[in-house]
Amino acid sequence: MTTETTIGIGGGAEGTDMVLNIGPQHPSTHGVLRLRLTLEGERISHAEPVVGYMHRGAEKLFEARDYRQIVMLANRHDWLSAFSNELGVVLAVERMLGMEVPQRAVWTRTLLAELNRVLNHLMFLGSYPLELGGITPIFYAFTEREELQHVMEEVSGGRMHYMFNRVGGLKEDLPGGWLGRARQAVAKVRSRMEVFDQLVLGNEIFRGRTRGVGALAPRIIHAYGVSGPLARASGVDFDLRRDEPYLAYGELRGTLKVVTRTAGDCLARFECLLEQTHNSLDLADACLDRLAELPPGPINQRLPKVLKAPEGETYAWTENPLGINGYYLVSKGDKTPYRLKLRSASYNNIQALTELLPGTLVADMVAILGSFFFVVGDIDK
Amino acid sequence: MITTAAQAADSLAAENLTMFGTDPWWLIAIKAVFCFAFAMLTVLFSIVWERKVVAWMQLRIGPNRHGPWGMLQSLADGVKLMLKEDLVVKGADKVVYILAPIVSAIPAFMAFAVIPFGPADDEISVFGTRTPMQLTDLPVGVLYVLAVASVGIYGIVLAGWSSGSTYPLLGGLRSTAQMISYEIAMGVAFASVFLYSHSMSTSQIVAAQQSRWYILLLPVSFLIYIVSMVGETNRAPFDLPEAEGELVGGFNTEYSSIKFAMFMLAEYVNMVTVSAIATTLFLGGWRAPWPLSTVWAGANHGWWPLLWFTIKIQLLLFVFIWLRGTLPRMRYDQFMKLGWKVLIPVSVVWLMLVASVRALRNENYTFQSVLLYVGGAGLAMLLLSLVVDVFLDRARRSAPPLRGGAPEPFDPMAGGFPVPPLPGQTLPPVPRRRPRGERQLVSTAENTNGEEGNGA
Repeated sequence: MTTETTIGIGGGAEGTDMVLNIGPQHPSTHGVLRLRLTLEGERISHAEPVVGYMHRGAEKLFEARDYRQIVMLANRHDWLSAFSNELGVVLAVERMLGMEVPQRAVWTRTLLAELNRVLNHLMFLGSYPLELGGITPIFYAFTEREELQHVMEEVSGGRMHYMFNRVGGLKEDLPGGWLGRARQAVAKVRSRMEVFDQLVLGNEIFRGRTRGVGALAPRIIHAYGVSGPLARASGVDFDLRRDEPYLAYGELRGTLKVVTRTAGDCLARFECLLEQTHNSLDLADACLDRLAELPPGPINQRLPKVLKAPEGETYAWTENPLGINGYYLVSKGDKTPYRLKLRSASYNNIQALTELLPGTLVADMVAILGSFFFVVGDIDK
Repeated sequence: MITTAAQAADSLAAENLTMFGTDPWWLIAIKAVFCFAFAMLTVLFSIVWERKVVAWMQLRIGPNRHGPWGMLQSLADGVKLMLKEDLVVKGADKVVYILAPIVSAIPAFMAFAVIPFGPADDEISVFGTRTPMQLTDLPVGVLYVLAVASVGIYGIVLAGWSSGSTYPLLGGLRSTAQMISYEIAMGVAFASVFLYSHSMSTSQIVAAQQSRWYILLLPVSFLIYIVSMVGETNRAPFDLPEAEGELVGGFNTEYSSIKFAMFMLAEYVNMVTVSAIATTLFLGGWRAPWPLSTVWAGANHGWWPLLWFTIKIQLLLFVFIWLRGTLPRMRYDQFMKLGWKVLIPVSVVWLMLVASVRALRNENYTFQSVLLYVGGAGLAMLLLSLVVDVFLDRARRSAPPLRGGAPEPFDPMAGGFPVPPLPGQTLPPVPRRRPRGERQLVSTAENTNGEEGNGA
């Protein structure tokens, strides 16, 4: 079979496409996501995300670890929301055991989960402008992150992988005077958030690059199981914290605000993320208030030496910073789970790129990719 | 009209460039070396300056290891680049690939030949020979600058093409379009300066700004030039040919070692060059700034002009750095729109205005009637643009808002758990990789046969 082809791009090259590999090493994929784009000029005619460069077999490893060790594995796949990942596992195991968690632990978990959400969102609030060529905001985001990481570090000893959750509660009680320092840190971060409100969101070039770009229709959201701020930016009003409250979110109903937009474009996604950060700071404050009122008490349960979940299955899902994070736990009554299926937010979210990218420009591709707020570890597990 | 022509002829005849071209050969050599050294030193300084200023804007410290305050950082970087391995990629067109950085770097320096560093009337003395503080001047000095600047662009375009790789190709293509559209606006901005100075020679243009700098007389031209000079030098927010986040490095992706250093050098020398031109054409060149020039008579004589000139260049370089520190990159098509739909029309209309004011003045109309005519024309333009805006807005509002259609009544979370679609509801097709035989995919370079290369 012989085929005649002309090489080149532009108007004279119809029928022959240029294949552009974005990644696995590319500045805008922050990690090792690979996109295989077929281009006509600068317009993308076909896009295919190639995932799995960082697959670490987390689900298989879960099956060889006991329930205490799983927490350590589980907080690694999405390294920007380690605390929330741990939470999913321990919630699942606690549910299997029918275990009641002390009140202090519930509120502290809620607080730390919200602080973790702010940390995660700040990362993307900084890195998104960076992908659009604005090199400054990320340094401001990191300054704010530093404030919060200090208080997180004081509690858990870790800056990224906290390992603070335990089945039945938390590792240990909060250090003395920590509540005040945490409150200060939250206030400091809140006072400087207007850098993003005004300088990033108010920038005319930024708006020009994001408004109307990569509009995600609710139909695609539903079809691909997109969740988190991405889904809410397209008007899919679904947030587990409100719709199926876990931890103390049921009691925080007054403070919790589910941020939604209808446009579904990159700007809406960024706005959602930004406003959600503000709301998370408010939630953290509310948790701090409540924690100060709580009577002293234990922060975890005494566990047996060998922790075995009874035979059965359960599905625990949480509203992680990037979307819905779920653990489907099947136990045969052993020390280790028979199967622990991990549903990570980014994996589902980026699949929608196949629908969204064709027809856009390479420059828009970067804007869209950045606004999908994914962590490659969360995709590849 | 006869008077106008006569006046114009007079002023053209008054253009006196006889003091140039009389230097002995050794003085010419010294001046040429000085121009080169001036550009190089300014580049070395401005790289450190840029990194320091950007660091300051980003709450960082910036380079501080090499020399006092890290002042030797750029020198160290340059040495490091020279010592790196020089790669020539397999798919590259070797001759053009090596030629491109040279084509890019040399013209950047050449423009300095006609930049006046000081007064033209033999103010300074070098080894006993009195000479103007300028290498040379031409009756068409500014046109020479424009011509040389556009040769430099070939370096980038050729680099993009000859690398035989995808990202550089896209970068080179972007660069081509960018240069074409921004040189027009730049040229028209220059034309209004020529109308006022009656000359295209750089020394004459500075001489004509004795009483008033052209930034005050021609503010619109100045703004247009500032925008197009950022576009011309590929600097943020117009750094599309490089576009780090999109095209990795754009045209210089495949370059390393000394060739990459040449591109770096060319970019920064170009920044210095366009700043020098902006200074010469709009900021009074080597002249001392206003309050100083009135209180100190000697400010514009001897070697002092060199200082004012350098300060003005540094201020303009700061503007470049400031832009880089604050603004995100524009999108390619928006950038082209800015060039063709805003800068070029505005600069042409402004040129018409300037020309009509000059003509009315030459016909001895009073200031008030000039104001009336020009102001009336300006007002009419504003009204017209208002009407156009109204229509555009209406058209925009009637456009459909979302791609992908209205939401269907399928609720995947019905009852709180994920559910499959009900009968009658459909999911979009599951994405599958296309069969390999369906479409012939061709990479840009030969011999770079990857997994999806020529169907082999």
